[in-house]
Amino acid sequence: MTTKLMGEPVRRREDLRLITGRGRYTDDIGHGAAAAAFVRSPYAHARILGIDVDAALDVEGVIAIYTYEDLVGPMAEPLPVLIPHPQLTAPRTGFPLARDVVQHVGEAVVMVVATDRYVAEDVCDRITVSYEELPVVVGVDAARAAAHAVHEDVPDNVAARHHQETGDVEAALAASARTLSFTQYIERSACMPMEGKGVHAVWNHDDSSLRVHTSTQASTSVRAAIAAKLQLSLEKVEVIAPDVGGGFGVKIVHPWPEELLVPMAAIALGQPVHWAEDRREHFISSAHEREQRQEITVGYDDEGRVTALDVRAWHDNGAYTPYGIIVPIVTATQLVGPYAVPVYRVRIDSVYTNTVIVTPYRGAGRPQGCYAMERTMDRIAQDLGLDRAEVRRRNLIQPDQFPYDHHLTFQDGRPVIYDSGNYEGLLDKLVALVGWDRAEERRAEAASRGKQLGIGMAMYVEGTGPGPYEGGHVQVLGSGKVLVSTGLTSQGQGHETAFAQIVAHELGVPIEDVEVTTGDTRRFGYAVGTFASRAAVMSGNAIALAARGVRAKALRIAADVLEADVDDLEIDEGLVQVKGTPGASIPLRTVAVLSNPLRYAFDEAARQATQFAGPGDDSKPPVAVGDAPGLEHVDYYSPIRSTFASGAHAAVVEIDPTTWEIDVVDYAVVHDCGNIINPMIVEGQVHGGVAQGVGGALYERMAYDGDGQLQNASFMDFLMPYASEVPDVVIDHQETPSPLNPLGLKGAGEAGVIPGTACIASAIEDAVGRRIAAMPISPTELYDLVRNPDAERVPAAPTGVPA
Amino acid sequence: MKPAPFGYADPTSLDEALTLLTEDGAKVLAGGQSLLPLLSMRLASPATLVDINRIPGLDSVVVTPSGDGAGVRVGALVRHVELLHHAEAAQVQPLLARATSNVAHPAIRNRGTTVGSIAHADPSGEMTSVLALTGGSVTVATPAGSSAVGWADFFVGPLETSVHGPAVVTEAFFPALPPRTGTAFEEVSRRKGDYAVCGAGVTVTLDEDSRVTSARASYISVGLVPEVHDLTDAVVGQSVDSADWTAAGALARTLVDPDGDLHASADYRRLLVGVLTERTLARAAQEAQNR
Amino acid sequence: MIVSTERTISVTVNGVPRETTVPARRLLSDALRHDLQLTGTHVGCEHGVCGACTVLVDGTPVRSCLVLAVQVDGKAVTTVEGLARDDGRGGEILHPVQEAFRECHALQCGFCTPGFLMTMAAGLEARDRSTDITEDEVDEIVGGNLCRCTGYANIKKACRHAAGLMKEAAE
Ligand SMILES: Cc1cc2nc3c(=O)[nH]c(=O)nc-3n(C[C@H](O)[C@H](O)[C@H](O)COP(=O)(O)OP(=O)(O)OC[C@H]3O[C@@H](n4cnc5c(N)ncnc54)[C@H](O)[C@@H]3O)c2cc1C
Ligand code: FES
Ligand code: FES
Repeated sequence: MTTKLMGEPVRRREDLRLITGRGRYTDDIGHGAAAAAFVRSPYAHARILGIDVDAALDVEGVIAIYTYEDLVGPMAEPLPVLIPHPQLTAPRTGFPLARDVVQHVGEAVVMVVATDRYVAEDVCDRITVSYEELPVVVGVDAARAAAHAVHEDVPDNVAARHHQETGDVEAALAASARTLSFTQYIERSACMPMEGKGVHAVWNHDDSSLRVHTSTQASTSVRAAIAAKLQLSLEKVEVIAPDVGGGFGVKIVHPWPEELLVPMAAIALGQPVHWAEDRREHFISSAHEREQRQEITVGYDDEGRVTALDVRAWHDNGAYTPYGIIVPIVTATQLVGPYAVPVYRVRIDSVYTNTVIVTPYRGAGRPQGCYAMERTMDRIAQDLGLDRAEVRRRNLIQPDQFPYDHHLTFQDGRPVIYDSGNYEGLLDKLVALVGWDRAEERRAEAASRGKQLGIGMAMYVEGTGPGPYEGGHVQVLGSGKVLVSTGLTSQGQGHETAFAQIVAHELGVPIEDVEVTTGDTRRFGYAVGTFASRAAVMSGNAIALAARGVRAKALRIAADVLEADVDDLEIDEGLVQVKGTPGASIPLRTVAVLSNPLRYAFDEAARQATQFAGPGDDSKPPVAVGDAPGLEHVDYYSPIRSTFASGAHAAVVEIDPTTWEIDVVDYAVVHDCGNIINPMIVEGQVHGGVAQGVGGALYERMAYDGDGQLQNASFMDFLMPYASEVPDVVIDHQETPSPLNPLGLKGAGEAGVIPGTACIASAIEDAVGRRIAAMPISPTELYDLVRNPDAERVPAAPTGVPA
Repeated sequence: MKPAPFGYADPTSLDEALTLLTEDGAKVLAGGQSLLPLLSMRLASPATLVDINRIPGLDSVVVTPSGDGAGVRVGALVRHVELLHHAEAAQVQPLLARATSNVAHPAIRNRGTTVGSIAHADPSGEMTSVLALTGGSVTVATPAGSSAVGWADFFVGPLETSVHGPAVVTEAFFPALPPRTGTAFEEVSRRKGDYAVCGAGVTVTLDEDSRVTSARASYISVGLVPEVHDLTDAVVGQSVDSADWTAAGALARTLVDPDGDLHASADYRRLLVGVLTERTLARAAQEAQNR
Repeated sequence: MIVSTERTISVTVNGVPRETTVPARRLLSDALRHDLQLTGTHVGCEHGVCGACTVLVDGTPVRSCLVLAVQVDGKAVTTVEGLARDDGRGGEILHPVQEAFRECHALQCGFCTPGFLMTMAAGLEARDRSTDITEDEVDEIVGGNLCRCTGYANIKKACRHAAGLMKEAAE
């Protein structure tokens, strides 16, 4: 019997090349190509008065210099607004190279192509751009005050007013036994993959085709964008995402200006052109996320059950809105989490600032929503003197309430209907895992060591695997090798392994025979991309369906040959056999040969296949109507709506009351992503997410000054955690399969990061007894807080007492 | 982020190096762990780099346990890692290894030089403060000859020393710890291995009856140049076991004048000065008893 | 006494003598990646913080973005491509740290991985293999490199596992 593969910690097939230095990332490709570098705006808001390139022209090695003036046709138009929305009333995007006004430090103004990157930077240094500085808007509050406008024609700085409501919230609040209101902030961080972006473009003059390697999360869409913008026929453009050194969202945005400009130069110059983003460029010209101001009013009864929730928020979308208002929509719709909220209204203004654009970063608006809801739960508990776990428990959606309709519209335009879940189960597991009931004991023990201990928890529900679709192609070759491809891309999630597990399982072949390709438009042309924890759900199911198609065809052919009934056949270890009849079998590879009536005997397999070919039926064509040669199948998976994964995290912090250093001593995770393909990979995703959650809560922020200069645009000052800053994580699983898709999967990619800010804020608050209403928080800020006589004291609620 | 063009020379004698350094825009390259990031970010663009790594005779640690010139002489090419593991040097001046263990991460310590970090004169660097606290000096070679420069005359501002024109710092001298003196070093940094938000190195000297005769401290990332603060007044004559280290911490807070930056406000640094002073003095005093 | 803007350097890379001509300003990381086409060494920051570019120079781990190529003239450089040994039959024997990374799922996107592998290989080779590795040692070995994917848990696990493999091999 084939070894069990689904649900097993199968070791990754991508690893061997990556641990031996044989991976191929974009910057590893195309030795000897000309190198691009960019002159970027040093000002956050300025009008370009002139660009003087004279001094640059005689640098030895300069090949070309491009400014906005050199852009023609669609390239001279603004970059696309990828996801328009009726509430996005003032969308704005930049140009591939700035036209007249720059809107943030780092915006590309001039592209230089030279013999290598060193020379290209020399050339950049010699180009003089003169600017007239304009007033700068930094931060949500300044944007909202609108003393200055980021875009002249958007005087209130509001790009969109997103609004959803499920009933008359004001009436519901008025009718509530109790209400409370508060305001809180969350700041910016960024995906910060270890590999920056990169583009390599080769123009083939002989057949007028373009091949582009780019470090993207959406190669098919980059392809379409390039074809449209450079006015090429789609079939003349190939886009490949090779090994990608992390994405976390920033590489789903497309087309990045460089993804158009580098191919443009390659075509114009007739030579390969390459661009590798450096770290400073990544800080000032890629994307950030998270900044919001949230004003929350909640109504509840004397038992702590929420009766109404009203959220008013301002979301900083940076200078442009190429990715629409996905992030605020996700915040708005995911905010309610695992709780039944009878009446909910959310209004989020998405506002412009003179800063780097804001597009999804792992979690994509969910951490902010979780922060809003979970801190609300904490406040209700404090107000009523109840255990924070108990208040949560009383508000949870119950297992018999699924499917649960929140009457909201999700990021994919579909209703927010939770497919399945067991939230109480999560909470029970979390309380046990972190030792919630022993909190007071631990607090006392820490106090005896001079430390202030605090504990916090946060729960979330994460809409994962949104459509519209993904596809998969599975083909069995005459050699027995099984080729699998899907259009979406990989940035380290182990798709090659997980998808191979699915195919080996569905088809009954050894996993060693399966070869998976992702993100290569030469292999699969239709795809949406890797984001929103959708790869396993979408491509996983599509590939499973494709494999089932292959299996059905294989059985049909084999049944013919073996003169057996299809229902009596099974496939095991690559052999199609009649159940219970040893010897009555045919290798799948032979079936593959048989599937093609043209069988030149190039090899032994084809020669052997002819023995089975049997006398043909002269009355039928060799390929039946509706059939196709080859043992392959393409299928698509298109869900009616998203699945909803869920989880609960708890953090225990110890604070040194002399230095106010914050140490996360325990971090517990319980999560439920439905059926699991590979638990090793899922745990890895959780670990990575938690590290980013801790980073976002305690270390990382984008420190813009009032002039819109990013003061910490380096790894020296943007404090991404090293191992020393990441706590050990204990994990417990719960598996509540999704009824929506054949494999019962829910996404797992983003979950780890979502509750970090909320539960760490809660734990710090619990430790110091002061309100934490702005995250992230550093020791110097905590010190300011605790010695501020006006800082709000938090009423002590019991932790770990049975209700 | 690639360096602007420069000329490169790797002389094999100090004289050659000094001659090369007479050229305009020439700069010494030692471990490169501070200089290369500056070059890559194009925050510095020297015309010529004079790589001193091939000059013989600059790579030794000479330990003189006692007597005249007791202390540790550290050559310009001694890497942080060597000092970290140098048992004899640690005997004579324990602050060296203690402070060095806080410098960056191992791979950087493998290449960065202790003298380079002193020549770099970064007030966030550990070794500048250690040089100050120990009352050390550097030997500066110029075409006119070699001379010793005391730490107080050497550091004139952040990333600025009194040495101008062609010069190579050939060694740093850290005097030995006096008898009945203990030391301690501690810092607070945002991430382990980062430059300190605040650090403190201290020495405490006791008399025969285990009473404090001297307590001195020098801080990291506090002030524009390394300074040594005498805290003796707060604890003088007090016995090791009952000394009021809190008072010494409080005194220290009044003596420093830190700045705020991205990672810490001035007030927070001042708080840390107090806390770290208290903690380190107590440890140093314990150690002093046993020396 | 020559000031050069370009030099021809001889370097033994992964045991093979190589000669290449580089501008004085060429970073070792770029020389390895672009001049010698050993792209296994990665560049994540070019200011010394992330450690992705770590290689061994004469056996010692250093950040190759903080070393000039001209400075390794006459020295031996080991990169991730040189970590596995030839098995003499056209195949390779992975270094214990490589085995451990695969076994413990210590990599996701793999971009930081070469830097961790080189640091860890040198760190574990330098220690006394007859003893069990301590958590402090693990923290020291793993502590200076950034990874954005794994949260480090499995990298630390791999460090312990590799130390175990090396201890077994030494016994
Ligand atoms: C990520 C990272 C973290 C770091 N963290 C710390 C830290 O926590 N604490 C710390 O102290 N340092 C830290 N450093 C810096 C490191 O310690 C450097 O090695 C040291 O500061 C400079 O020594 P170097 O030999 O590398 O000097 P180089 O970089 O070669 O030179 C630095 C400067 O000093 C001059 N110079 C060097 N040697 C001489 C000499 N002998 N004579 C005259 N001039 C000379 C050079 O011209 C140059 O201006 C860190 C570096 C990095 C990259
Ligand atoms: S690339 Fe060298 S340390 Fe980051
Ligand atoms: S595995 Fe992706 S950065 Fe470490």
